[in-house]
Amino acid sequence: MAEIRLEGLHKRFGRVVAVRDVSLEIREGEFVVLLGPSGCGKTTVLRLVAGLETPDRGRVWIGGRDVTRLPPGRRDLGMVFQSYALFPHMRVFDNVAFGLRMRGVGVAEQRRRVEEVAELLQIADLLDRYPAQLSGGQRQRVAVARALVVRPQVLLMDEPLSNLDALLRLHMRAELKRLHREVGSTTVYVTHDQVEAMSLGDRVAVLREGQVVQFDTPTQIYDHPSDRFVGSFLGNPPMNFFQATVDPEDGSLRVEGVKFPAPVAYAQALAERRGGPILVGIRPEHVSVGTGPLRGEVLVAEPLGAQKLLTVRTAQHLVKVAVGPDHAARPGEHVALDLPEAHLRLMDAQTERALPRR
Amino acid sequence: MTLRKLGLYAAALLLTAWVLAPIVLIALAAATPREDLYRWPRPLWPERLSFEILSSFARQEAVLRALGNSLAVAGLTIVLATLVSAPAGYALARYPFRGREAVQLGILATKMFPATALAVPLAVAFIRWGLYDTLLGVALVHTALSVPFVILIVASVFRGVPAELEEAAMSLGASRVGAFIRVTFPMALPGLAAAAIFTFILSWNEVFAATLLTVNHRTLPALLVHSVVAEGAPLHYRYAGGFFLVLPALVIIFVIRRYLLTLWGVTVR
Ligand SMILES: Nc1ncnc2c1ncn2[C@@H]1O[C@H](COP(=O)(O)OP(=O)(O)OP(=O)(O)O)[C@@H](O)[C@H]1O
Ligand SMILES: [Mg+2]
Repeated sequence: MAEIRLEGLHKRFGRVVAVRDVSLEIREGEFVVLLGPSGCGKTTVLRLVAGLETPDRGRVWIGGRDVTRLPPGRRDLGMVFQSYALFPHMRVFDNVAFGLRMRGVGVAEQRRRVEEVAELLQIADLLDRYPAQLSGGQRQRVAVARALVVRPQVLLMDEPLSNLDALLRLHMRAELKRLHREVGSTTVYVTHDQVEAMSLGDRVAVLREGQVVQFDTPTQIYDHPSDRFVGSFLGNPPMNFFQATVDPEDGSLRVEGVKFPAPVAYAQALAERRGGPILVGIRPEHVSVGTGPLRGEVLVAEPLGAQKLLTVRTAQHLVKVAVGPDHAARPGEHVALDLPEAHLRLMDAQTERALPRR
Repeated sequence: MTLRKLGLYAAALLLTAWVLAPIVLIALAAATPREDLYRWPRPLWPERLSFEILSSFARQEAVLRALGNSLAVAGLTIVLATLVSAPAGYALARYPFRGREAVQLGILATKMFPATALAVPLAVAFIRWGLYDTLLGVALVHTALSVPFVILIVASVFRGVPAELEEAAMSLGASRVGAFIRVTFPMALPGLAAAAIFTFILSWNEVFAATLLTVNHRTLPALLVHSVVAEGAPLHYRYAGGFFLVLPALVIIFVIRRYLLTLWGVTVR
């Protein structure tokens, strides 16, 4: 197991800057998820770590070793590709044993280790088949087995679950989590699925247009998004945002002309902004319905099983509110909303970046 | 059967007949006893079949030597063309270098240059280099003729092998060369075999350069042309020779037609 350090990585393809100034420190044995919308550079970062691309600037360190100029085969890593990239002309056994052969492991030891990892991934009875004879989920397991069998310091995965159906994905997600606990390799996992990121990652790096916008634990990222983009990208439905102003006299928040007490943690940041605009964010599950100063009309009520999702139109905003499944609100009904002080997240109206708390 | 389908079958039959008729006629003629061949009117379907013409043709020493020469030239051409085309095709398939399209087009454009225009200078140069009337000389010309096609075929074959497979091999510890040998090459093999067969047939059938550049070391087509044009060989000799020229192409195409489908990077299993 080894830690990974990325220092100021930069990569462009022609005119497209795919990765700009990415620096990350990933701890030994940690499970880090790279999360971001399509085209934000996740795969490119992963390929830079793997050595399948060379950075224009910056360095890659694995286990204290500068591997920036090393070819992939000498970085001691295993990679799972989105398409799995199983060798179609080899049986599953030979696919899995490939890395061992490259490392000159003896035949008996090869067999022992392939069987061991096959046991771990429950593919022991598939070893004689060709990849074309496997289902999607089985291929995915073989791809993971092939990467794991060499006991790499670092395991890299590029959207390994995106080709599976929803149920299987749920199952494999749990499997991957178990596997990481058992194997313990430092893992970098790419996905654009925020639920996957939240459930798998020890920490999540959110990328946008080639840059890391936040790198933190899933709870921190969910509770304290570093900017509006993160708040709307994570969470389903995304965070609500209100255009508001800071009251020039007492520093409280004015949302649609209604006064809300400002959270104490932001007192200092707000002091400089009296009379100015501000962006107020709140998660749908934290908006309370029933009593409160904000008036609105329920437009849509969507029962989602464990909860019910309301879309409420206030004077100037559309607000998503998550309520209990038995909540009686109906479309057309008028409701009162409250924005509890403790759950408000304040951001700069121009830069849309989170204000400092203390 | 719908009318549309009927039309399709009719068209297919017509095309097949168009291609097959000369082959069948030549095969029948070659299998007719000599005296029947010169009868008039000659029946379309011979009354008796015999291998007399063919076997006497094949027993001539000159023919056997020419056959050997043809095989040697074709084999040499395959080796040379593969050595030149495989790396070029791989580069075209894998590396997005500046001017790739232009190179690809340029390679094909060389085919627009008439070989006839090159004949005399080539013969002069070959005499000077000591390549005149050698099998190597003929093979070099055949290589030059086949390389443009073979490069494009090979490039499309390599394009059919996902780059990700090579990358997976490299991430597992293989070098670039190792990844090629263990993954790309075996997967490209059927397509490469088809390219080799293509080269073989091109060389086997090539008559212009072979006639022009050889005197004593003639390939089979060159020998036939020479016997017919210069010595006015009799009818039965021509039929037998024609049949011998068609035969390997037929056999090979029959055997590898499955692989021919991979020519443009589409593997049909
Ligand atoms: N080989 C390449 N040549 C040219 N442009 C590339 C290449 N690879 C990536 N890019 C560009 O770099 C940017 C980042 O691509 P990347 O594949 O890293 O995105 P991603 O976050 O993995 O997206 P996705 O979620 O769709 O897989 C994109 O704009 C993409 O078009
Ligand atoms: Mg990607």
